[in-house]
Amino acid sequence: MSDDKILSVDRLTMRFGGIVAVQDLSFAADRKKITALIGPNGAGKTTVFNCITGFYKPSGGTIRLTHDDGRVIALERLNDFRIAKQAKVARTFQNIRLFPGMTALENLMVAQHNALMRASGFTLLGLVGAPVYRDAERHAIDLATDWLRRVNLLDRADDAAGNLAYGDQRRLEIARAMCTEPALLCLDEPAAGLNARESAALSELLLSIRNELGTSILLIEHDMSVVMEISDHIVVMDHGVKIAQGTPREVRDDPKVIAAYLGTDEEEAVAVMESGS
Amino acid sequence: MTAKPATGIPSLLKTAFVNALIALVLFSLMVGIRTEAGSDGQLTYVTRFGELASLVAIVFGGSIVIELLRQWIGPTGTEKLVPPAIQSGMSFVGRYLAPALLIFTLLVPVIFYDQRYILDLGILVLTYVMLGWGLNVVVGLAGLLDLGYVAFYAVGAYSYALLATNFGWSFWVCLPLAGILAAFWGVLLGFPVLRLRGDYLAIVTLAFGEIIRLVIINWQELTGGPNGVTGIPRPSFFGIPLDNSDDGLAARLGIEYSATHRIVFLFYVILALALLTNWVTIRLRRLPIGRAWEALREDEVACRALGINTTTTKLTAFATGAMFGGFAGAFFATRQGFISPESFTFQESALVLAIVVLGGMGSQLGVALAALTMIGGFELFRGLETYRMLVFGMAMVLIMIWRPRGLIGHRAPTVYLTKAQAISSDLVKEGHG
Repeated sequence: MSDDKILSVDRLTMRFGGIVAVQDLSFAADRKKITALIGPNGAGKTTVFNCITGFYKPSGGTIRLTHDDGRVIALERLNDFRIAKQAKVARTFQNIRLFPGMTALENLMVAQHNALMRASGFTLLGLVGAPVYRDAERHAIDLATDWLRRVNLLDRADDAAGNLAYGDQRRLEIARAMCTEPALLCLDEPAAGLNARESAALSELLLSIRNELGTSILLIEHDMSVVMEISDHIVVMDHGVKIAQGTPREVRDDPKVIAAYLGTDEEEAVAVMESGS
Repeated sequence: MTAKPATGIPSLLKTAFVNALIALVLFSLMVGIRTEAGSDGQLTYVTRFGELASLVAIVFGGSIVIELLRQWIGPTGTEKLVPPAIQSGMSFVGRYLAPALLIFTLLVPVIFYDQRYILDLGILVLTYVMLGWGLNVVVGLAGLLDLGYVAFYAVGAYSYALLATNFGWSFWVCLPLAGILAAFWGVLLGFPVLRLRGDYLAIVTLAFGEIIRLVIINWQELTGGPNGVTGIPRPSFFGIPLDNSDDGLAARLGIEYSATHRIVFLFYVILALALLTNWVTIRLRRLPIGRAWEALREDEVACRALGINTTTTKLTAFATGAMFGGFAGAFFATRQGFISPESFTFQESALVLAIVVLGGMGSQLGVALAALTMIGGFELFRGLETYRMLVFGMAMVLIMIWRPRGLIGHRAPTVYLTKAQAISSDLVKEGHG
């Protein structure tokens, strides 16, 4: 079974001083599938994300990433930029973190830093204008152009990222993460602040990333229309622990999930459901 | 309800009165009282209430006039104040300013061949242009506030001075060595400050600059301490000395020897070094490393999420900036023929940083213009004697009000699909160290 799981989180615990943000959380994300991590505010979703992407060092537990070629990487042992560079895990942020003073195209070029660094002979070959670097740069621009076309921003390529509309910035950030050619794409609330039309376009984009490129996606999202439409698997968290998981359908009908979202006991939630149906 | 600015005479007088009071407090000690050595050497003071009163009166009257002008003209954009014809003219000038300046600089030794003062000033300005361009890599591109840049200038200068006086190595051999040594110290400084940001980074770099200076003062056996290093060899024209001897350049070319030859030679050496700095920086900006520097200035967390090693990126920025500082230092040593720790005080760091900030962080042309303004302008006001600093300071304040993000604040993209358009300075981050 383990070979079709790209990410398996096992008994992950994260403590900040005396506060336990995440406790004994175990879940897995399927390869080439979209896994959603949902839960009420303060459930610890972003903490889990920060542990997976190396911004926090977990207090306990393991996070295993299995690449297509069978390579297994222990993410909890890698830190910082190495997770993106070696483990090929890319992420976006809840509050958009683009490079506002650089153009949309430049943002996507920075994302290809490691590949371009190698091609530029760690700057030396690039400095003398070696053809090998010029080819690599042209290839990088092609990849960036391709992504700008996919996220419908080709005509804004030379505009500063900070000048783009909010929804455009969200899409550009996803394009930037994809330009690192990740094995696992982690999206922290990609639909936050988007209107219904933009959310629909986002769903379409994420589905095309999964279907056409086969990139596995892990996302945190509050917009249930997006989550229910695109997710293959949903993990529900509350107060740092997993309370449910399954297909969108299973999760939607789970009384524990409803109780968590309504902030009530399970019995009351069941009563509410029964009276409603 | 919007608050309407008060326009009556009482408010006018009130503003003027407050300004006059501030002026009174400021000038009472600066102008009102003057200390002098008395006849027996004791400290006495004379009061100058007349001057003080006239200054306060000027401030009082001036604020009334400015306030009235403001009310008559009202809030205006630049479009209103500057006619479109002049604006288009300015953009035309802007496009050809850099090549025109370069051609003029190349011709300076020809035009001003007989004016030693201008040539010396030109060399000084170019030295600061080079230092500004070097620091621009660290502050302007990578957004790391470095208050101790003079340390690398000192390392470069002492590297050349000591290697040349102790081992007799030539300038052209020592120049790369000075750069490498300075870059090495840049990396050494970089390591401890990697975790620091903003103010904290600035303080540590400031301390580093002082440490280098104090080590130079106190390590007497090596550096000569406060006495400095004397008799530093002058640069040769690829092995041919520029002096009055029989195998000097003048004698070999069969022309009459003149001391100006060496000055002109030095002028072109520093020009070449500065242009090298500029060329390398422009190239680096378009390479992944340069883009990573700018991305680091914009958002360090996002850089890490994209797999960019922020540690090495910061270190390369420090090392590159330091290397150019080291080149400039070696040049300084060979031009002066004598160096002492006094040349490497915090004042120098502040001056170079001011050039970078005034020029517009990240802009090569802006830094060059700022160096010209700061160093050239400072000389221009020489006639004002003691009021030089005052006038100069006021000019700086005015420029920063007019152009808060430096003379050239906008940023040019490093790569484009259809059209390179300048990015407004409002969007470009200043970096947080």
